[in-house]
Amino acid sequence: MTATFEHAHPAACPACAAAPLAESMAAKPVIGRLMLSLPGIHCAGCISGVERALLAVPGVSDARVNLTLRRAAIDASPEVTAKMLADLLAAAGYEAHELDAGQLASSAADQAGRDLLMRLAVAFFAMMNVMLLSVAVWSGAEDATRDMMHWISAAIAIPAVIFCGRPFYASAWGALRGHRLNMDVPISLAILLAVGTSLYETMHSGEHAYFDAAISLCFFLLAGRYLDHRTRASARSAAQELTALEVPRALRVTAAGEETVSVADIAIGDIVRVKPGGGIPVDGVVTDGQSEIDRALMTGESLPAYAGPGSIVSAGEVNLTGPLNIRVTAAGRDTALHRIADLVAVAEAGRNNYTSLADQAAKLYAPGVHILSLAAAIGWWIYTQDLRLALNIAAAVLIITCPCALGLAVPAVTTAASGRLFRKGMLIKDGTAMERLAEVDTVVFDKTGTLTAGQPTPFGLDEHAPDDLAVALALAQATAHPLARALVAALIARGIQPAAVSDLTEVPGYGVKGRWRDQTVRLGRAIWLGADAPDHTATFVQIGAAAPRAFGFTDTLRDGAAATVAGLRAQGKRVMLISGDSAGAVRRFAAEIGIDEVIAEALPQDKAALIADLAAQGAKVLMVGDGLNDTAALAAAHVSISPASALDAARAASDMVLMGRDLSPIADAMDTAVKARARIRENFSIATVYNVLAVPFAMAGLCSPLIAALAMSSSSLTVSLNALRLR
Amino acid sequence: MDVLGILIPASLFLGLLGLGFFFWMLKRGQFDDPDGDAHRILRDDYDDTPKG
Repeated sequence: MTATFEHAHPAACPACAAAPLAESMAAKPVIGRLMLSLPGIHCAGCISGVERALLAVPGVSDARVNLTLRRAAIDASPEVTAKMLADLLAAAGYEAHELDAGQLASSAADQAGRDLLMRLAVAFFAMMNVMLLSVAVWSGAEDATRDMMHWISAAIAIPAVIFCGRPFYASAWGALRGHRLNMDVPISLAILLAVGTSLYETMHSGEHAYFDAAISLCFFLLAGRYLDHRTRASARSAAQELTALEVPRALRVTAAGEETVSVADIAIGDIVRVKPGGGIPVDGVVTDGQSEIDRALMTGESLPAYAGPGSIVSAGEVNLTGPLNIRVTAAGRDTALHRIADLVAVAEAGRNNYTSLADQAAKLYAPGVHILSLAAAIGWWIYTQDLRLALNIAAAVLIITCPCALGLAVPAVTTAASGRLFRKGMLIKDGTAMERLAEVDTVVFDKTGTLTAGQPTPFGLDEHAPDDLAVALALAQATAHPLARALVAALIARGIQPAAVSDLTEVPGYGVKGRWRDQTVRLGRAIWLGADAPDHTATFVQIGAAAPRAFGFTDTLRDGAAATVAGLRAQGKRVMLISGDSAGAVRRFAAEIGIDEVIAEALPQDKAALIADLAAQGAKVLMVGDGLNDTAALAAAHVSISPASALDAARAASDMVLMGRDLSPIADAMDTAVKARARIRENFSIATVYNVLAVPFAMAGLCSPLIAALAMSSSSLTVSLNALRLR
Repeated sequence: MDVLGILIPASLFLGLLGLGFFFWMLKRGQFDDPDGDAHRILRDDYDDTPKG
């Protein structure tokens, strides 16, 4: 109902009410091709609004929104920047992010998809026509008429089979050259033998020709390939989009001033300025400025660390309070971040020994089919001494047993299942991830940034005196530090009025000070105020010479985190928490969310080692994590999930990515994966039953082309329909 | 049975026409944004000078 309402009344979309009116623009030369990501658009009004707003910008000559991909492609002259357009759209009420067009190499992937679709269309055309001609033969055409039908069928089917079957021949040839057997070997052999014997029969006015079977085999198998390709391509393009969202830029300080440059252009020895709130783009040493840096993504610590001249910082950390100048020691591919990301590739190689259900089936199937068909040929040859008849029967056996339904069994199910999960906000990056997820019995969570939202909230505010709260609020309002902002939000929500504090000054890296009732008041780090640092994140307030008082902070739970943990425990899974954070913080958090098994202060190697230990004990581990310190563990686990907010390297190492802020799709995904595996097994059984019923007929020489066509189409249809039950 | 001489070429021709039409649609990118196209026809602003 809601959807219909929105479609019928585009203005009902809240974003559109704010959209500016149309202003047509004269076309300008097309120079830059810019890309924007528009995650919030969902209706016709949004399309119009975004396109109108973009076209109204001087210099933009064309703007086209793609609602399927939620992107806009813009042709504009060079003075128009993507950042400018994104800000403009944000002001008009549409969430927009700049995309790095270079990262979106979608054209190459599209090409492969179109190629498959074209082969599929040709196979469909040829199959339909050959089937129509075959109907005449099945219904009793004889002599010259039958020969004519066979010849026309041959004229259509042979070029079509050569063109459409290319992906199978290429793959089978590759396997044979490597002395292996894969599913494509019996497929190619069946197609070639069917076409060959049919051509021979046609030349000798024979009764049976299997042109229809050969081409419909191609069609059904290509359909499976296309589904498979589309699932992977859409996941890949969404994953690319996540990567492209992070346009790597840095602010270089030169004698002439500051300039914004791409990280790729930074050289060792350059000075880079990082503003408060910005990510650190390079590895380096601080030369100037004082601040605090958030290392959560690198180490999992939720406690910000102090940074001043001489401190070593690395790419991936976030600068919190004061501006920092950094002398670059490594940039781009040489940073610590990238070196660790490269290690992940090594860890990943170890996981590739997983055999998918389809491969397991192929391993049993391919030799079996060949032996059966060979046995039939030899048996009939010995019995009748008729080589032509023996070859005919061998071809019939190969066609009947050909894995049409098997080729569709897995792709149809994974397409249906990943479509369902994508709608729930989860992206499957790997083809076999769903099968592996179904086997999971142990779930290991990272804490910071995974189960928590990375947003601190103060606790225990009731224990403080009203004066302390009022002074803290006044001081906290003077700074943009994340802890201070969280404190302000919490105190205003409690209805506290700020005290009249004067002479507010921020001391970068330490805190804020001011004067209140002729006393110096300070809000900031423990060291600055001479207090003992507690084991959890805290900030301190001090009035005059009184003892400093601590405001403790905990991370807020991510949406759906508690429900997910409870759901997994209800499913009988073993749930563990492992974090690089301090023991106190982790234990308090674990008690809150209901996890018993906790490991704190874990180094990245410890995490990977824990996963390896669990695997050695026979557990199938699902790792959920977001930081660089989780990356090795993500790669080592049986299957892994990371949230969209995770570091690029972590997302690359994991099999699935959560698109939204909510964690609850994880429990859904488990459920869907188990169902999908059951469907795949059902599909294999259905395909096997068809084969077991039809093979005796084929071996007895009773299998006419009509029976072959019926068995093939009905088994393919049954497995596809069975897969669709998952949606 | 003489009619087959006309009907078979005719059916093949029509089939090829359909195939050619499908290739044309594929080239024109009509399968690139199915969701967007479904919504675009519901827009209430009319384009007096549509692009080709």
